[in-house]
Amino acid sequence: MRPADQLRFCLTALLRQRFRSAMILLAMAIGVAAVLLLTALGAGARGYVVQEFASLGKDVLVMFPGRKETTGGMPPVMGTAARDITLEDAHLLTRRVAAVEFVAPLVIGSAEVSAGALSREVVILGTNDRFVSMRQLSFAQGGNLPGGDIREGGRACLIGETLRDALFGNGPALGQWLRIGGYRFQVVGILEGRGDAMGMNLSDAAIVPVASAQRLFNSYGLFRLLVKLRPGYDLDASRQRILATMTELHQGVEDVTLVSPDAMLETFDRVLLIMTLGVAAIGGISLLVAGVLIMNVMMISVSQRTREVGLLKALGADSGAVLGLFLLEAMLVTLAGALMGLALGYAGTAAALHWMPTIPFAVPVWASGAALTVALLTGGLFSLLPARRASRLQPVLALQGR
Amino acid sequence: MIECRQLCRSFALGGQTVHALDHVDLSIAAGDYVSVMGPSGSGKSTLLNMLGLLDRPDAGEYRLLDRETTGLDEEQRAALRREHIGFVFQSYHLVPRLTARENIELPMMLAGVAPAERRALAEQAMQRLSIGDRADHRPNELSGGQRQRVAIARAIVLRPALLLADEPTGNLDSRSGTEVVELLEALNGEGITLLVVTHDGALGARARRRIHMRDGRIAEDQRDAPG
Repeated sequence: MRPADQLRFCLTALLRQRFRSAMILLAMAIGVAAVLLLTALGAGARGYVVQEFASLGKDVLVMFPGRKETTGGMPPVMGTAARDITLEDAHLLTRRVAAVEFVAPLVIGSAEVSAGALSREVVILGTNDRFVSMRQLSFAQGGNLPGGDIREGGRACLIGETLRDALFGNGPALGQWLRIGGYRFQVVGILEGRGDAMGMNLSDAAIVPVASAQRLFNSYGLFRLLVKLRPGYDLDASRQRILATMTELHQGVEDVTLVSPDAMLETFDRVLLIMTLGVAAIGGISLLVAGVLIMNVMMISVSQRTREVGLLKALGADSGAVLGLFLLEAMLVTLAGALMGLALGYAGTAAALHWMPTIPFAVPVWASGAALTVALLTGGLFSLLPARRASRLQPVLALQGR
Repeated sequence: MIECRQLCRSFALGGQTVHALDHVDLSIAAGDYVSVMGPSGSGKSTLLNMLGLLDRPDAGEYRLLDRETTGLDEEQRAALRREHIGFVFQSYHLVPRLTARENIELPMMLAGVAPAERRALAEQAMQRLSIGDRADHRPNELSGGQRQRVAIARAIVLRPALLLADEPTGNLDSRSGTEVVELLEALNGEGITLLVVTHDGALGARARRRIHMRDGRIAEDQRDAPG
């Protein structure tokens, strides 16, 4: 048989059995789309983390309380084992370590913000002007927090656009006073856009001077301390130097962890890659299910077309030709389903990207290739059995429909 | 053209062995018109399947066009069917999703005939069987007589040497049945060897050579004097 004739014969057979073809098509499409969407999710999460760390810069170290290493004894379950990193520590670091250009302390909590009769419970970020410039946050109106000694609080605050709309509506917000917890703050700047940082949506948050936040939450430990190094200083040496200084400040106990974004990124990256592979495997299972469905549907098709097979044989088709026809039919519908799945997967990814623009969802090239390959392999493999069964039918019995 | 020696074929049916062909000797000359008659279960259909290479004998020899066929593998048998044998079945066996033209082109498609040539041959066959105006209809849009004409067109389109018809008029009313028989006889007149299996005595009586089967054996073998 000529290839073009085989193709046409199979296509008419597929079009004639529309419902059956559609079922296989759908199963395949869902399987392939699942693989693509799940890997896009994993890749998106990975990309997001990479992006977050990259935006910190390569010469920034992140300090947090507690030791990463196991030291024996009770693990710091209640958070009491480690001593707080205080603003005094942060201040002294900038003075004693030459490599430190500046620090950006971070305190996070939530509190009720009210202006006039309106109020709203939002995330409160205590930090300094350095943090805002480091994160490259931009202003819709107004400007940054005033600089100066981080140990002194202040009455200035920044708010996100969502919070601004909630409290002030269309009225003027800049220069207005509002209450956070029991304290009064004056709005000096409005953050522009979504301004996503460290997994928080800054659009619905307020930023206040760190010392004021500490008073507000009645806590004197820092959540994080970002340490910016001066250009030209070696990262590792500076890290050791800072750790030594912190140990000195904490009476000889090394009770903080200081990591470079690269080191953190590496860990996250490994975890997220494994996670991506894991979800891809879950998607792969749906491809397998699609394969089994193809086998079943093909089996039914073969038994319903027994007489046709008998006729083809009487007309001079040998077993190879019959096998080829049924295999081709299965591969055609598998391929169509897989392509549909690719389209579906990419469309879904585009939709996810539209809804969550901050997370870089993207189908990895290897995932498309693997999904397509696995789909065609399962399609071929699972249709082999029914196709062989068709090709081995005895012409006499097949003609009688047996 | 056909040379059978001691052909045997038996089936196990409900724990019992049925001898559908019991040491049959038969030779048929090229261009002959043969009818095979007999009650159901006499082995006439088995004989037709055997001659059409759809079935294999348990024992004995079958030479078709001077070729021993019992030793051939499935592919070689398929090739012989494709090139030399045409089948006409009682229930037509048309592929329902294909049009009349496509059904007629099917054997040529399987044989790898080029599309242009295929079209021309199918057109010729349809003209010959006066179904040219039904070319683009599906089988369910055709009458029984028309369907059988399509089936005959399909059987002869590659000009086989042997045409095997299994109760070709069994599903037809007497008028279309007569037309179909006359068509088959006309084809025989053009040199195709025709073998008709039937239990319709009137139809069988039209053949030049009439074989009666009983219990897997040839009980009677009558032929008209040549000429």
